[in-house]
Amino acid sequence: MNFAFSVIAFLILATAAAAMCLRQLVHVALLLVVTWFAIAAFYLWAGAEFVAFAQILIYAGAISMVVLFAVLLTRQAPLSPSLTPAHPGRVVAALSLGGAVAGTMGYAILRTPLAPASAAGPVVSVRELGMELMGSPLAAVLIVGVILTAALIGAVVIAASPGTTKEEESS
Amino acid sequence: MLGSGILQGLAVTAKNFFGSFHDPARFVTTQYPEERTTLPEAYRNFPFLVAENAEDPLGTLRCVACQICEKECPPQCIYIEKSKDKKPDATGKLQLYPAVFDIDISTCMSCQICVEVCPFDAIKMDQVFETATNERFNALLLHKQNLAKPNQYFHRIHPSDAAEVDARLLAERKAAEEKARIAAAAKAAVPPKAPPSAVAPTTPSSPGPAPSTDPKGLPPSSPS
Amino acid sequence: MNAGPLDSAFLERAPVQLRDLLCGYVPEAVRPAAEALITMVAVLAVFGLLFAYLTLAERKILGRIQNRPGPNRTGPRGVLQPFADAIKMLTKEDIVPRAADRLLHFLAPVVLVAFSLVTFAVIPFGRQLVAIDLDAGVLYFFAAGASTELAIFMAGWASNNKYALLAAMRALAQLISYELPLLLAVVPVIMVAGTLSPQGIVLAQAGWNFGVLPHWNLFTPWGLAGFCIFLVAALAESNRSPFDLPEAESELIAGHLTEYSGFKYALFFMAEYFGMCALNSLGVTLFLGGWQAPCAFLSFIPSYAWFGLKLLSLLVVFIWIRATLPRLRMDQLMRLAWKFLVPLALLNLGVVAFWQLTAGWSAPLQLVRWAASLSFIIVPFVLLGRKLSAGLGPRVYRYAAS
Repeated sequence: MNFAFSVIAFLILATAAAAMCLRQLVHVALLLVVTWFAIAAFYLWAGAEFVAFAQILIYAGAISMVVLFAVLLTRQAPLSPSLTPAHPGRVVAALSLGGAVAGTMGYAILRTPLAPASAAGPVVSVRELGMELMGSPLAAVLIVGVILTAALIGAVVIAASPGTTKEEESS
Repeated sequence: MLGSGILQGLAVTAKNFFGSFHDPARFVTTQYPEERTTLPEAYRNFPFLVAENAEDPLGTLRCVACQICEKECPPQCIYIEKSKDKKPDATGKLQLYPAVFDIDISTCMSCQICVEVCPFDAIKMDQVFETATNERFNALLLHKQNLAKPNQYFHRIHPSDAAEVDARLLAERKAAEEKARIAAAAKAAVPPKAPPSAVAPTTPSSPGPAPSTDPKGLPPSSPS
Repeated sequence: MNAGPLDSAFLERAPVQLRDLLCGYVPEAVRPAAEALITMVAVLAVFGLLFAYLTLAERKILGRIQNRPGPNRTGPRGVLQPFADAIKMLTKEDIVPRAADRLLHFLAPVVLVAFSLVTFAVIPFGRQLVAIDLDAGVLYFFAAGASTELAIFMAGWASNNKYALLAAMRALAQLISYELPLLLAVVPVIMVAGTLSPQGIVLAQAGWNFGVLPHWNLFTPWGLAGFCIFLVAALAESNRSPFDLPEAESELIAGHLTEYSGFKYALFFMAEYFGMCALNSLGVTLFLGGWQAPCAFLSFIPSYAWFGLKLLSLLVVFIWIRATLPRLRMDQLMRLAWKFLVPLALLNLGVVAFWQLTAGWSAPLQLVRWAASLSFIIVPFVLLGRKLSAGLGPRVYRYAAS
């Protein structure tokens, strides 16, 4: 297998696993950012420039902010939650469910036929991407845009509406 | 319209920028130490001792070591030791002089109280401020040699003050000379009046002629 | 590409030929890496020196505007001041608070400078001087710029100082609010140029009317509006006055930089100046015609000289604005972004769509086209400005009876 691909894949998996193991939520968020950068590197390796930059712009530039604000503005659990589970049944349930998901995904991945190694991927320029988006999925793109705009306006309206929420919060 | 104020502000700053190259009103910095601003006459920093003569400053100090300034100085930065002998001052009168006169300028706060209380106009405020040294204690203790400066220097830095002091001292000297002249004239006029032998020796308590201002300060000799 | 006599002029070719000459000494296999390395070193050297002398220029220009000379003691007229500052920063003690997160505290300035420098890779400095001619170059620029915001958060969090954290959150809020007008102001340019590649956008602004009126985007109604919005948003994105609340000394000591000293502090400032230069370079590329000359007969001057001249004039405008305007409060800042710049930028999109659709109109109708576009930009600007500054009239001062 390609050396670059294996390095990127290892980086993605390692940072994701480390993110799941850490205690400090801010460290988790920052490690997730590294994971997203590694995914963008994967897209670059695969030749999808536009998707890679969009991935960085959206995930590392916007979603990371949302995660960090959410982490900082909400009350945190005590910093040292206990390592031993409350009930041994929980351990069994976790392992079995996790194993089932991993098994299904692994089976699906291994059963998918890979493209022959010699086939080069399509070189898609931004112009062609744009033409594709404005072709058959046009309605979906417009609806998504309308939904996002509505959400944005709704958020602004909620944030700007004056105070019954403030009195309830302070009690 | 929105933004017109910002544009006016930008115009003002641009005028300032271009004006600073040719218009002295828009470049008010004095590039010290190449250029210096003129100090106002009343500017004061540390004291100095006034000497009448520029050729012999240490010998013609007005200071008579009365130690009033040493006692009145709030941070007590003046140290005076009187001399053992007396020297004649500007009027010829014998006065003490300071053998040691030290001012610690690291302590002096330039309050001018020493100047205000000096009865002899001997200590006045100087205008030097470039007194920075590399040593911490010794170089900041000024001795008589550093502090003695001639009256011409006083005239140069505080012209109106110096003129007033000189006029006053001159007037005092003239008044003193006038008094001495009258006293001498009165004393010269007295002896012809006193009868040589008519006065009995049993009138010792006769008030003598007008008291003379003989420099020796001795009372007039009683007729024996 | 504009081939012809301009491409082969000696000064024009000089940088690329120098690079090829140096790469000639290197074996064939390593040549691409050597080319990339030389490009990186050149960009770092040029922009490093530009950063150093930009700090000096800022201090001297600010000084002259404030009726004083600025630094003029180190070296003749102060030209050695940046090096004196560098030595000072390097010899200062590097203090890390005991309770701070050491790794993040160390990484924050590094990440910030790295992402600020990485944005220079797609900017066309000259006719043949682009480090990487990416198809999606503008998107790459904004992706790298968005990543710098993370570093500011890391700096505020790692300092373990509640004031630094608050300031970092405020800085972040400011940065993400102004990303929207920044991007929306750039979209019309991409619509008209038809490509996301910066070199392509510069080439789309080629040519002159009658040899003297360039086709730069600035000289179109939507371009003027877009450029003004871009300028304001760039001021806010690089934390420059009047949007420098995050690093204002009188507000939050130094904001997210409070716990940084010595070289790390210098790195933060370097990153701020690099970000400013990068955004200005992008502004020059998108709106001011990049490396194109303003008149046909001035094209003999090399393209990178024109680019440098335009970049320097934009930087001087930034410094000028800093000397003139007072700082905006946080809520005033946010109001400006969300309630003023975003609606105007969206209207600008409509104007540019109209402009593109009416490109084929004949001569007398062109006047109508210009008039309609200008009115669609100026009228909402005036109305929105009036509405938003409604209650904020000139202050009435009432003095005590004398």
